[in-house]
Amino acid sequence: MKAAAFSYARATSVVNALELLAARGDDAKVLSGGQSLMPAMNLRLISPELIVDIGGIAELKGIAVRGDVLAIGALTRHVDLQRSPEIAAHAPLLTEAIAHVAHPAIRNKGTIGGSLAHADPASELPACMVALDATIVIGGQTGERRVAARDFFTGIYETALSADELLTAVELPVARKNSAHFFCEFARRHGDYAIVGVAAQAILEGDMFADLRLVFFAVGDRPALCSGVSKLINVAITPEILLNASTTLEAELDPPEDQQATASMRRHLARVLLTRCVSALLGRPVLAAGACA
Amino acid sequence: MTAPLQISLAVNGERIDAYVLPRLNLADFLREHLQLTGTHVGCEHGVCGACTVRVNGDIVRSCLMLAVQTDNATVETIEGLSDSGEIADLQAAFRNRNALQCGFCTPGMLMAAQDLLRQRTAPDREQIREHLSGNYCRCTGYQAIIDAVETTARGRLERRP
Repeated sequence: MKAAAFSYARATSVVNALELLAARGDDAKVLSGGQSLMPAMNLRLISPELIVDIGGIAELKGIAVRGDVLAIGALTRHVDLQRSPEIAAHAPLLTEAIAHVAHPAIRNKGTIGGSLAHADPASELPACMVALDATIVIGGQTGERRVAARDFFTGIYETALSADELLTAVELPVARKNSAHFFCEFARRHGDYAIVGVAAQAILEGDMFADLRLVFFAVGDRPALCSGVSKLINVAITPEILLNASTTLEAELDPPEDQQATASMRRHLARVLLTRCVSALLGRPVLAAGACA
Repeated sequence: MTAPLQISLAVNGERIDAYVLPRLNLADFLREHLQLTGTHVGCEHGVCGACTVRVNGDIVRSCLMLAVQTDNATVETIEGLSDSGEIADLQAAFRNRNALQCGFCTPGMLMAAQDLLRQRTAPDREQIREHLSGNYCRCTGYQAIIDAVETTARGRLERRP
């Protein structure tokens, strides 16, 4: 189908975009790369009266390292993340995850800000932001505010953004010494939305976890930071401990049922991912062989 | 503001000035306004890849881009790539290997394949599959398409000075 008629305004700066949103925010949608917005409009799932195109705002583009913070502008495209040496050095989880986001022609247009503001619970980048403990930078009429990624996602396609605000950047802590990451998802076709996926960021101390942030996606209405993994911190992990953690995980998750998978299948796949994740991060493949029957 | 907006862009090397409604997507602009019907419209929500074109050198879904977003852009369609001879060998390989049947997906498939071949001189079959994973073909079963792209890559490597 074709999108319904709408008005179009090309924002010339962040200030200009915020003015347009302040005047018309409730009837407006922000157009960034358009790779989630345009399908929704073509399918007539949404019919905004005004499109505010921020695609030409240069100040929203680019990746920069400032001290121990990696700042990524909202208009940075998926393909830019994928090819960035700064991202590969300081947030390699993102480099790995981005290859699972759709297909080359989509990654050439889609942006990180667009993906996060869209907040599809089955998409990869929101989960990565929670795993990396990112901060979301939001511009508004009264200035800038910062929200932790774990508080930013509030439901299916819902975030802490209000109608007159603009997501302008994300800030990530640069990867610390002894950091390790893991990303894996199950999807029907490479590049499709995940049936279940996991993004993890860890700090290793010898053969133990000093820290482990494990975030599942496509298992609920927002990225799910797994609290049960606290049992895996600062202990020598045995197959029993891992089995115990995966049983806790199963109780913790309340996944949806849809045409792709039942809730119990999603629970099972989440357990498989937890086991694979822990054994890969510790470099102990034997853990994965025994712990998840 | 729902009135037509003026855009100025280059399509296959030709300067185009036009007035377009904001809701008009690039695929429909190419097909209906410029009669460049080699760009096909399949799913209209970014899944099938039949509408793949190049904008400023990168392949994109023309069904997921508004014509107004191409103001000052350089657009290349299958007609441009075909007429310039840029993909003559790729087209010949598709023909020789029967990598098309009904032909609906072929323009998008060629755009995506050529994009890969510009980035990698010797892609393996897995890399070809991955790069074409966003393009549906309902006739061939894909194997012949992978073969044709692989053959083209090999041929280009051999012809390099």
